[in-house]
Amino acid sequence: MSETSHYLCIGCPLGCRLEVDTQGDEILEVRGNACKRGDTFARQEHVDPRRFVTTTVAIEGAPWPRLPVATAGSVPKHVMREVCEALHGLRLEAPVELGQVVLPDALGTGIDVVATRSMERR
Amino acid sequence: MPELQPRHLQRRYDVVVVGGGPAGLAAALGAREQGAEGVLIVDRESEPGGILQQCIHHGFGLHHFKEELTGPAYAERYLGQVLEHDVDILTDAYVLDVDPSRRVGLLSSRHGRTEVDAGAVVLAMGARERTRQAIRIPGTRPAGIMTAGFAQKLVNMAGYLPGRRVAILGSGDIGLIMARRLVLEGAEVVGVFELMPHANGLTRNVVQCLHDFGIPLHLSTTVVHIHGDERIEKVTVAPVDESFTPRMDQAWDVDCDTLLVSIGLIPDNELARTLGVRLDPVTTGPVVTSSMETSRDGVFACGNTVHIHDLVDWVSQESQLAGGAAGGYATGRHRRADNVRLLPGSNVRSCIPHTITTEREHTIFLRVTKSLAPCTLRLGEVYERPLRYVVPGEMVTLKVRPRFLQGFHGGNLRVDVVAREEAAA
Ligand code: SF4
Repeated sequence: MSETSHYLCIGCPLGCRLEVDTQGDEILEVRGNACKRGDTFARQEHVDPRRFVTTTVAIEGAPWPRLPVATAGSVPKHVMREVCEALHGLRLEAPVELGQVVLPDALGTGIDVVATRSMERR
Repeated sequence: MPELQPRHLQRRYDVVVVGGGPAGLAAALGAREQGAEGVLIVDRESEPGGILQQCIHHGFGLHHFKEELTGPAYAERYLGQVLEHDVDILTDAYVLDVDPSRRVGLLSSRHGRTEVDAGAVVLAMGARERTRQAIRIPGTRPAGIMTAGFAQKLVNMAGYLPGRRVAILGSGDIGLIMARRLVLEGAEVVGVFELMPHANGLTRNVVQCLHDFGIPLHLSTTVVHIHGDERIEKVTVAPVDESFTPRMDQAWDVDCDTLLVSIGLIPDNELARTLGVRLDPVTTGPVVTSSMETSRDGVFACGNTVHIHDLVDWVSQESQLAGGAAGGYATGRHRRADNVRLLPGSNVRSCIPHTITTEREHTIFLRVTKSLAPCTLRLGEVYERPLRYVVPGEMVTLKVRPRFLQGFHGGNLRVDVVAREEAAA
């Protein structure tokens, strides 16, 4: 029995509706894509959907109480919330530099969470 | 030395830039690169960077830095370039007026009420969020109703969660991005309600901000009533018919303690109005030449003050050009007047700049009224280019090279985007 999963391509504003036919772990066919990018996207999204996480972390002694941070690479989609929860407990001290690691190897993904701006000490 | 909050203002600057967001920063850089000596940025916030500072998500810089950055990272990198170029930046400051001799009236926390003379002025005030549709909703006016951008500043910069159960009116990108932000911060987003039959924001944001978190998007649906005394308690929503009339028989109530409004941006043109520059009734921003000069001599404009951009990279590009032209103007290098007027034609809502020349290369930015795929972009009878698609939410950019306009000797040039038969492609 083959199964069909549905995705919406984010490659461009056409937003093609993609269908991925699978049998077990094997992808049989990708349909609905108007160009090659949709095919690549559907396969990635079906097998290993990944996202960047952007959020903020509490910081002391800075002009703002929150510091924007992001994962330095994409992490599996299903750990997005957990990454944010892991960051909730953190308290940073200014100064912080753009790109500074605030949480190494988030949840064992191998991906660091880094500051996306500098904040001086106030 | 470049300074944030300069202790002493010069009496005269070659170029004064109003606004320190992405447009203002790029304009200042452009002005310095084109030989302007003293350049001053006047910004009303406590630090430059504008809206970028609160846009902590990715999506910035792919064209300009060849790398996808978050808003704050883009601002910081750009600001670094600007400071290297010896630009004074005055924060917590307002431009009150620019007189005909380009004497600029300033109000700042550091210098109080002062004046500086400017060789040229660049308007880069950015945009405001639209609220009109929300203001007309019947019902009470309790606390808990705000624009998506304001909520973004509260959450991302002040670290304050505006509510626990949030409804969102309109599917603009800021609203979609805030839906995800609020969920990741522990709030519940009960739904996004969009009047139009299609989402307003990018598909990427619909997928990654709504679908990823199971947030419902109700198309052709709008908020018809607001309930609550002190704090908003619920909204009544209803589907609309083709003429956007709510079908009250199908209305339902949604409990919420917060309503975000995300129905788009509009140029912040208060100062432009004060200065009496000519405005385009469609974009509501100033009418500009190919040098981004307004109808007032020596007053230039760029970025979202002129028209709403969807990528900051285009803001930077356009603004660097505007700043460069302002720098040229201030140092006595005037450009030849444009000889081509671009007229928005079929399926073209607006076209920036309003005039170009047949001599130089220009980037023109179009907004279409309706989606078409595939289609053809036409410049009068002289040039045409096939496009895979156009959508109202995405600006169309076209590099117009002098050879495209060969044999055209000036005058009005109609810009059309028309459907193309697949077979003919
Ligand atoms: S498949 Fe190609 S054309 Fe369709 S949305 Fe994706 S990128 Fe665009």
